[in-house]
This record gives sequence, structure tokens and C-alpha cells, in this order.
Amino acid sequence: MSEFDRRQFLQLAGVGGAVFVSGLAGGARAADAVNPSSYDDFFFVQLSDSHWGFEGPPNPDAKGTLPKAVAAVNALAQAPDFVIFTGDLTHTTDDPKERRKRMAEFRDVVAELKVKTVRFIPGEHDASLDSGKAFKEFFGATNYTFEHKGVHFIVLDNVSDPGAQLGDAQLAWLADDLKKQAKDARIVVFAHRPLFDLYPQWDWATRDGAKAVDLLMPYANVTVFYGHIHQEHHHMTGHIAHHSAKSLIFALPVAGSQPKRTPLPWDPAQPYRGLGFREVKAELKQADYVITELPVQRA
Amino acid sequence: MIFDMNRRGFVDTAGALALSLAAGYALAKPKTRVIKVVAKKFEFVPSEIHVKQGETVTLEFTAPEVPMGFNLDDFKLRADLVPGKVTTMHLTADKSGSFTFLCDVFCGTGHEEMSGTLIVS
Repeated sequence: MSEFDRRQFLQLAGVGGAVFVSGLAGGARAADAVNPSSYDDFFFVQLSDSHWGFEGPPNPDAKGTLPKAVAAVNALAQAPDFVIFTGDLTHTTDDPKERRKRMAEFRDVVAELKVKTVRFIPGEHDASLDSGKAFKEFFGATNYTFEHKGVHFIVLDNVSDPGAQLGDAQLAWLADDLKKQAKDARIVVFAHRPLFDLYPQWDWATRDGAKAVDLLMPYANVTVFYGHIHQEHHHMTGHIAHHSAKSLIFALPVAGSQPKRTPLPWDPAQPYRGLGFREVKAELKQADYVITELPVQRA
Repeated sequence: MIFDMNRRGFVDTAGALALSLAAGYALAKPKTRVIKVVAKKFEFVPSEIHVKQGETVTLEFTAPEVPMGFNLDDFKLRADLVPGKVTTMHLTADKSGSFTFLCDVFCGTGHEEMSGTLIVS
């Protein structure tokens, strides 16, 4: 990305909403010196917490919001390299048949995305009542890795265990995968729940998330994107940045700002306020990520 | 000699008695108050637990329906609550205020509303 393009992009991002630039330089420059052409800028879109099947006053347009978000992604001037949904695709139900019905409907709605690669990870609403069984039937593995233009992406599952744990087996899998990475590799982690104790009083945590962070800590360029808390939040554990995404169904209050973790009320004067999705521009020579928050519906 | 042995024996016996009395005293300390809590779909009963600052209580949990969790993060207390089993936990209320506890094992459709308050006064 040229300096002019970068400036223009930041201006655009400033109009669109909050902008957060994480500085993850350091070892990245050394890698550039060895192989300056090994990285290629790109962007992806993160959508989260669509809770398909939810009904209630916090979103009177529950069936319309996800299709609007899909249309908004399709209307982007440039198609993203890929789209990822970071969990709670569907709203939980105790009925396995209804769960599958919601997953099928969700899959049909997002099939309208004009993006070649769409990836999914589960949230606790999708996976915690059946250990991810239905999710796997519709969307495949709950934890996996993939490579894209020089970035190593790691998808973690901290929801299939109803106790919100990654578990020893997955931590061993993560450790094994990380052993194959250079210490200055560009690593992006996706998870549903925060890997740090954001606010355990509201279940905004992963019980053994600190073990994953410890495993990631020796790597210089790690960024985590997650969902679950239905709002933007930015946090550092050492040099590792953690960015949560907005929801596509209802916003939740700031941690501890009210006694109960109840959804923020729908505001008819400002429908879809607090909802949205994000573009993430990977500027890999600097190992920076420019995040642009986008609304479900333009004003 | 006999006297000495008897004396030693007396001292030993007295020592043993003193120890057993001490142990008896320890065992006889006032019992902590037991508060029974039922974790059911999707509420804790009671949902408010009242204790006095400085008091130590025993929380005695049952979960008659499905596996649940109890998490009182402000006191770093948590436990899995398994149907068919009584789970006990000691809580020393060393600070006053209202503290949220919640079920941290995803237990069904009402899981996210399943929380309660510890009130230490």
C-alpha cells in the first residue's frame, strides 16, 4: 500500500467509524530485509454474533439485519479476500432440530455473499449444548489453521466445551502448530470468546485462555480478533493486541456498567446503532492492521 | 527409677491429654453457617446470598437438572456443579459490597440470565 493509498484509506476509515491501528513492528522489518516481497497487503471482513433465530425487543428487525449486513459487504467498493464469522452464528436453542434449522437458514442467507472464501467459527450459542456437533455438520471443523498471503491464521474453539475452555488437547495442538512458525511470523488468531479475562463476572473470558496467550507470547507479531461481547473493545496482553467486533443482532453494555449483562435497548430513532461489521486491512510490511468499523446500514 | 518412669509417664500422658484437648477445642469451634443453593434452569435459588463482613460460610450446591457452574470471580471461587452430587465451598467474606456470581457452564437457552448477587454487609 503506497503512502498516498494509506492516507486515503485512513481518511475513509475515519468517516466510517472508529479506527484502530495496532503497531506490531519489530521483528517484521527483519523479515522484510530477508525477503522484501514475501508479504502482500490485503483485507478481510469480520462479522460476528448474528444470533440467527433470536427474537425480541432488542432487535425488532432480527430477520432483516443479517441480510442487510450481507448486502453491505457486497456493496464494498472492493471485495475482501475473505470473510470470517467469529461465532454465535445462530441463537441457542435446546432443540437440536431447531438448531439445525437455524444453521441451515443462516447458511442460506450468507450464501448471498459475493466473496469466494467465507469462513466460520462457532460461538457458545452454536456449539456449547452439543459439543459442536451441529456446527461441524454445517460448517466443518471448529479449530483449524490457514495461510493467506504470508499470514498464518489460527482459529481457536473456546466454546464447544460448555465450560468455556480450550482444553489440553487443543492447547497441545496450538503449541505444535506454533513450533512450526518463525518467531517473527505474522500470526492472526480468531476466537469467539476473549482469551483474556475481560470481565469474568459476565462470562467474558476463557477459563484457560491465559495458557493460549502464554503460548503465543514468544511470537512478535500476533493479533487476536474475537466476538462474544457485542461491542468494540481493544486490549493488549503484552505485545499481543485483542480486538472484539460488534454484533449483528444487539449491542451489549460496557463491562460492569450496569448490574446485569442485558442487551442495550433498540433505539427506533437510531436503528441498528451499535451493530456493524469491520474491515481489517493487513499492512504486512509494517505488520499493522487497520480496522474500519462499518454500520449495517448507511445513514 | 520407678518414680522417674511414672513421672515421665505422667508427663507423657498429660502432654497427650493437652494435645487431644487442643484438638478437641479445634473441632469444637463454632460451625460455619451453611447456605444451600440450588442451581436450576435457569436460576440460582436463592439468587441473593447475604453474609456479614468477616463471616465464613459454607455454600452447599446442588444442580438437579443439568451440569452447571458457579463462578464468583471477585472472590476467585468457582466450581462445577454436577447433578447427583453436593458441592461445598467455603467463602470468607473479607470485603463488603455486592458481587455478581454466575453460571459459567453453558446450560441452555436461559444460561445468560443465570446469575445472582452476593451481598456482604
